[in-house]
Amino acid sequence: MNGGSAFSPNCPVPDMDSKHIELAHGSGGLLTHRLIEDIFRPAFAQSPEDLTHDGALIDVPAGQVAFTTDSYVVQPLFFPGGDIGSLAVNGAVNDLAMCGARPVCLSAGFVIEEGFSVSDLRRIAQSMQSAAQAAGVRLVTGDTKVVERGKGDGLYINTSGIGTVVAPAPVSPRQVRPGDSILVSGDLGRHGMAIMAVREGLGFEPPIVSDCAPVVAPVLRLIGEGIPLHCLRDLTRGGLATALIEIARTAGVAMLLEQSEIPVSPPVRGACEILGLDPLYVANEGRFAALVPPQAAEAALAVLRGFDPSAAIIGTVQEQGVPGSVALRTLGGSYALDLLACEQLPRIC
Amino acid sequence: MKHLDEYRDPAAARRYADGIAAIVTRPWTIMEICGGQTHSIVRHGIDHMLPEGVTLLHGPGCPVCVTPPGMIDAAIAIASRPDVIFCSFGDMLRVPGNDRSLLAAKARGADVRMVYSPLDAVQIAQDNPGREVVFFAIGFETTAPATAMTVLQAESRGVANFSLLVSHVLVPPAMDALLGDPANGVQGFLAAGHVCTITGYRDYEPIARRYSIPIVVTGFEPLDLLQGLYMVIRQLEEGRCEVENQYNRSVRPDGNPAAREAMERVFAVQGQDWRGMGRIEASGLGLSERYVTFDALRRFPMIVPGPERASDCISGEILRGVRKPCDCPAFARGCTPGHPLGATMVSSEGACAAYYRYRRTALEPTA
Repeated sequence: MNGGSAFSPNCPVPDMDSKHIELAHGSGGLLTHRLIEDIFRPAFAQSPEDLTHDGALIDVPAGQVAFTTDSYVVQPLFFPGGDIGSLAVNGAVNDLAMCGARPVCLSAGFVIEEGFSVSDLRRIAQSMQSAAQAAGVRLVTGDTKVVERGKGDGLYINTSGIGTVVAPAPVSPRQVRPGDSILVSGDLGRHGMAIMAVREGLGFEPPIVSDCAPVVAPVLRLIGEGIPLHCLRDLTRGGLATALIEIARTAGVAMLLEQSEIPVSPPVRGACEILGLDPLYVANEGRFAALVPPQAAEAALAVLRGFDPSAAIIGTVQEQGVPGSVALRTLGGSYALDLLACEQLPRIC
Repeated sequence: MKHLDEYRDPAAARRYADGIAAIVTRPWTIMEICGGQTHSIVRHGIDHMLPEGVTLLHGPGCPVCVTPPGMIDAAIAIASRPDVIFCSFGDMLRVPGNDRSLLAAKARGADVRMVYSPLDAVQIAQDNPGREVVFFAIGFETTAPATAMTVLQAESRGVANFSLLVSHVLVPPAMDALLGDPANGVQGFLAAGHVCTITGYRDYEPIARRYSIPIVVTGFEPLDLLQGLYMVIRQLEEGRCEVENQYNRSVRPDGNPAAREAMERVFAVQGQDWRGMGRIEASGLGLSERYVTFDALRRFPMIVPGPERASDCISGEILRGVRKPCDCPAFARGCTPGHPLGATMVSSEGACAAYYRYRRTALEPTA
């Protein structure tokens, strides 16, 4: 027992200026209040009422509302091109954009592991705010929980969002028609390979930077230009191949892709070759596929190229073929892409 | 990475394929040894570019596929000990032994870690002095030098808590065993470019002579494979049986002397069980007498690899080039990558897995 402790009260008072999150930060008491006042309100609140109530009141114009939710458990929390905060915001707004909606507001739920760095939390909250600003959306309500050390992985974030549908016609796999052109909004595989490079200490030079970004602006521009959007899909988990197979199955159509037209940047391609991974199945966080009628394909491509010069027309929905199939044309023929049985694992040699 | 585009140029590939068609006068059966080559052939449709009558058989060169299930069972038993951190290449994790896979053991609490380089495992051992760190050393002559380096580094850095579960295999004895089987109809070989980058190709010359069979050391890109096939077929048509080197941008006749020296220092040649193929004499590597203290099976003597359980799977015949994946009644029905029945379906480089992924033509739309 050291000398000073004789004067300590029996009930320990939490360290109010701790550099690390403590269980008391999630207790609903003084430290929770401090966390909200010091970190979340300065980052998110745009009016004095924001984040002061149990929920948020939103004015929504008449019409359809899109609603989405997703949870983020990425490791590492910080990676080239983003962090868990920007990922959580972009993930939610991109899901809304894929519904043909203009994102309006988001909620954010934080599950924080005891011992997490307060300065990292502040950095992540600020990054969320920057991402929200870039996407033209407000973070209006949230929640914080702290779990005991060892019961979490640093930080998990859940975001939910609502948006107002602005596309004049439904945007969904059921609208896909034979003859439709299939476009991607940019080169593929950056996010998955950026994460893998950091997680596994693979020092690619220059480093692969995640494509993590909002895709709201290109989608709103496509709609604004009057391009009929039959279907949009962001190319997150499972990558392009998984997204298109899911669309083909729901729509009951066959697709044919041209391998030579699918944009993959040389660093991503090289990293995938080294590790034995297929970039068509690697995750993206700022890319989407658009299915549009063939006569609108060139106009859609021009819009997408205005945002990313690597956007491309990569294939078509077939008039014939086995419903639910996606084939890839290569050098000596074509083969059917399939859902992967499990996560891709780097191969031995 | 612009080389990739050069070696995948469609017009050049067509020219090579036309070149092959121009010299073929009768049917030939050629085996590519390496699973990486199988994968590339099936993925790019190289076999569809060949004249009718030229048949490709897929060899046993998938290191994950041929690792005996008893050894995977031993790996799981070691990994499941609370004092052990078990390190492995990624694609080995999913492969079932007689019962379970390392990934399943991980889900049940075993500390199993995926490494990209074997040397990472030595670092993990150095960082965790209170735990035993075991690396699952599998693969052909391509990975053996890196495994050898782990032993040399662990020795020089005094890392005592590091050991190896060794299941390394060698290509030339397997080719010898394949060709000695009367059921085998292989008339020419594409040898594996990566293996020969390490070992060179002098060991293949006696095989070419003994069995009067052309062997061409070949790379992995579409143009490499087409050129390698052209060279084998030209030899067959001209009645020659030599060892030739298509992959000369990487392979020297004597290979990589430093890598070979490390292998020879650390390992000794021994008999080895191959999954689906049984025991082949002098076809594996074990730790040499001097480094036997790094053998995980000595460190955990209570764990003894058992035999391979009998199954209906025909992967042994596929690995020996006697049958093809589509000959199997279970292919894509009872046996899929999600539920593999045997060796050649478990790894992405296995012939059955490659066929499953790229060759279920019934699913292809008509273009």
